[in-house]
Formats: sequence, structure tokens, C-alpha cells
Amino acid sequence: MIGMSKQQILLGLALALVCGATGFWVLTAPAVWHAVRGVPTVPVKAAQLENGQTLFWAGGCASCHATPDQDDRLRLGGGRTLPTPFGTFRVPNLSSDKQDGIGGWSDQAFITAMREGVSPDGRHYYPAFPFTSYALMRDQDLVDLLAYLKTLPAVTGRVADHDLNFPFSFRRGLGLWKWLNLGSGPYQPQAGQSDDWNRGAYLVNGPGHCAECHSPRDVMGGIRTSLRLSGGPDPEGGAGYIPNLTSHASGLAKWSAEDIAEFLKTGFTPDFDSAGGSMASVIKNMAHLTDADRMAIATYLKSLPPLPSNKPAKKTP
Amino acid sequence: MPNLTMPKITLKHTALLMLAAGVLALPLLSSPVSAQNDPIASRKAVMKSVGGAMRDPGQMMRGQAPFDLAKVKASLETFVDASGKMSALYPKGSETGGETTASPKIWEAKADFDARMVKFGADAKEALASITDEASFKANFPKVGQNCGGCHETYRIEKK
Repeated sequence: MIGMSKQQILLGLALALVCGATGFWVLTAPAVWHAVRGVPTVPVKAAQLENGQTLFWAGGCASCHATPDQDDRLRLGGGRTLPTPFGTFRVPNLSSDKQDGIGGWSDQAFITAMREGVSPDGRHYYPAFPFTSYALMRDQDLVDLLAYLKTLPAVTGRVADHDLNFPFSFRRGLGLWKWLNLGSGPYQPQAGQSDDWNRGAYLVNGPGHCAECHSPRDVMGGIRTSLRLSGGPDPEGGAGYIPNLTSHASGLAKWSAEDIAEFLKTGFTPDFDSAGGSMASVIKNMAHLTDADRMAIATYLKSLPPLPSNKPAKKTP
Repeated sequence: MPNLTMPKITLKHTALLMLAAGVLALPLLSSPVSAQNDPIASRKAVMKSVGGAMRDPGQMMRGQAPFDLAKVKASLETFVDASGKMSALYPKGSETGGETTASPKIWEAKADFDARMVKFGADAKEALASITDEASFKANFPKVGQNCGGCHETYRIEKK
């Protein structure tokens, strides 16, 4: 560094550090999202409980939030553990309990949580809670969903915090992750596509959050958008490979739309095999939707351009 | 003078001998004895029989095949039979291998797993008694089929 004294270099380094730290602090602040993309508006229409119930099942809330080791899928005390490569996540209480659950939440707080992944006390949520998909949900749908959740039984008890490995334990860092992986919703229907197709696209990519498991992810844990819905390794750390949902030969090429709709209702494939693992739980949710909604999902999935699965080749023994 | 040397083994002899050994070994490969010693292969075969028996009533449920009471009863008999065999096919030591999709949870909660097999058999028996025509089939069969997903949710894992 010709012409610069040692002091100037040190000053420069200190400045860079301060700027970097300030930049990081600003970029990762949970409130900055609001400042840049605007505060969500809360619709004024009265909540529709029936629609809220549909979204509850479409969103698969019970699969993660229902109290484990009991059969009541409407008892949302949380407590399930999700072992992942990043550490162990513990699913929080989503019941209507005012202290330990979401009973005391405002519409605004719920929309912010679902769409921005920020808790009412201003902390980032980890994307094990699939807010990157829920971000596509419409304001009215979110208000209806919260109203429905508040009709479910209150369960007391707060769940302990996650147990994650460094650096993932550092919540603030998620602010940067969100700039890379969180789009701004809600879903905008595509002109030129049928209502059925748009309904399916909304259910699959928004509340249904299918892509969260059925897509490969990059090293940062973000969905590889070019390979969306082509299947992926089990994000819950299992050894299996989650199937390809595109119309490629390794995916749903041989399934008719009716086959898909029927599978979502009963769990039986066209070969009368029966879904296992997390998908069996998803079927229990999807079975509550209307035939029309299941058919809309099928219509959308059948329209996906074929993408080969990235499933690793079987090792020959 | 007797010929005390060993007979000369020609290539032709060797080939014949190998063929004979192969023919003799064939029944061994497919014998039920080897299936009993391999619980993973056995339970896969039993599960396949359940899946296969689901096809006829499944297609009838979907309106892809006409209702046929005899076929429904045959399938239900297969379920009753399979549910009785199943619990014994998950002994300790058969947790891994053979590309099994059995979840390790089976061995953590064997009592619950066994109870589910009993329930599956009981539901199939009940359906055998209650299904007499198409209407009672459509009303009572789904309850039997729900046992598949109910158990797979906890005890089956994705294929690698």
C-alpha cells in the first residue's frame, strides 16, 4: 500500500468492519423487511371459519404441531422434534392457549409470522417452519386460518427452544438467508390459466408447501428453484429420497390427474401401494379437502414440465 | 491289472457335473425353508400379497371395475391371513438389510405395531361379515384400507 501509513490502513480496516457490522445488523433486522416491502394490510372482511378449516388441512398444520403420541389432530400442543442436519428443531405450541399458544395473537402478528417468518416478539423463525411457502397465502386466507385455529382446544405448556449447531444457532443470520430465499407474496393468479390450475398452483406452492420436501436444496438450505418439485433428499434426515412430482418418467408421468387426486384422498398409488412416512400424514390432511381442490392440485402437478429426479443411483452391493 | 488311476475328467464331464449340481440346487433356491430364514424377504412377500389383494376392491371403489362380492371376500381373506403372519416376520436382528423400508420404530414400539396388525385383521374380519352388496362394500371397505396408511405413517420409511 504505497503512500498509506500504518495508521491509515488500520483506520480503513476499522471503518470497513464498522460498515460491515452495521450492514449486517441492518440487513438481518427482522423489522427491515417491513421497512422495505411494506407492512401487511389486514383485510376487514369477517373471518370465514369454513375457509380457515380448509386452509388448516391444506397447510398441514397438524402434521407438525399436533401433540405427538396421541390421535387428536386438533390438539396442537407442539412438542414434536425434527432431527435435521442443522440440529434438532422443536415444534412450538400452536393451540389457542393465550399464554403458551397463539390464542392472544392479532391478525397482523399472524400474517407477519406466516408471510415474513418473524415472531410477535420480533425474532426470525427458522425455515423448518415453511414460511417461504406460506408467504404466498392471501391476507383473507390467513385471517380465516387464524380465526379457525382459535376455535381449537387450548393446550397449556411451552415447548423448549430448538437445539441447533453453530452457526445455525445464531438466529440473526436468518435475516441474510431470507434475502436469498424469501419471495414476497401473496400468490398472483396467472392469466391464461384456468381457475382450476390457479387454485392448484396456490394450494401446492402456498399452503400445501409441497416443494419444501419434494425439491433439492442448496448448501444454504434454500430450495434450488430450477429443480423445484423434482424430488429431494429427506429434509427430516431420513435415508429415503422424496419422490419427483413433475411429469418426468422418474416422477408422475404415468399418473393421471385422477390417480393423483385419488392418492391424495386415500393414500393408494395407481398400483395400490400405500404411502408411508410423512406422506401418510399429509394424506390425512389432504383427505379433508374437497374433491375439487384435490383435482385442482392434480391438474397443476400434471402441467409441470418434466424434470429428471436427482435421486442418487442405488449402490450395488 | 485293474486300472487304479482316476478316470480322466474331460471338459464334457465337468460341464455335465455342473449342470447336474445346478439342477439339484434349484429347488433349494426357491424352497420355503430359505424364505423362513429370511424375514425381510418373507414380510415383503406378505406385504406384496396385501397390495395385490387391494387392487380388485380398490378398482371397484374407484368405479374402474364392476362390483364383485367374491373378489372382495377373497381380498379380505388375504388381509386376515397376512395380518396373522406379519408380527412374527419382524424379529430382532431384521432391522436392516435387503432394502427394507421397515422403520426402526417398529422395534422401539413392537407392542403397538403388533396391536395394529391385530386391528387390521379384526377390521378385515368385520368387513367380511358386514359386506354383502355394493352399498355395504362402499360403506365398510374404506375402514379396512385406512389401516395401511395408519400403520405406514409411523412404521414405513421412504425407499432409498
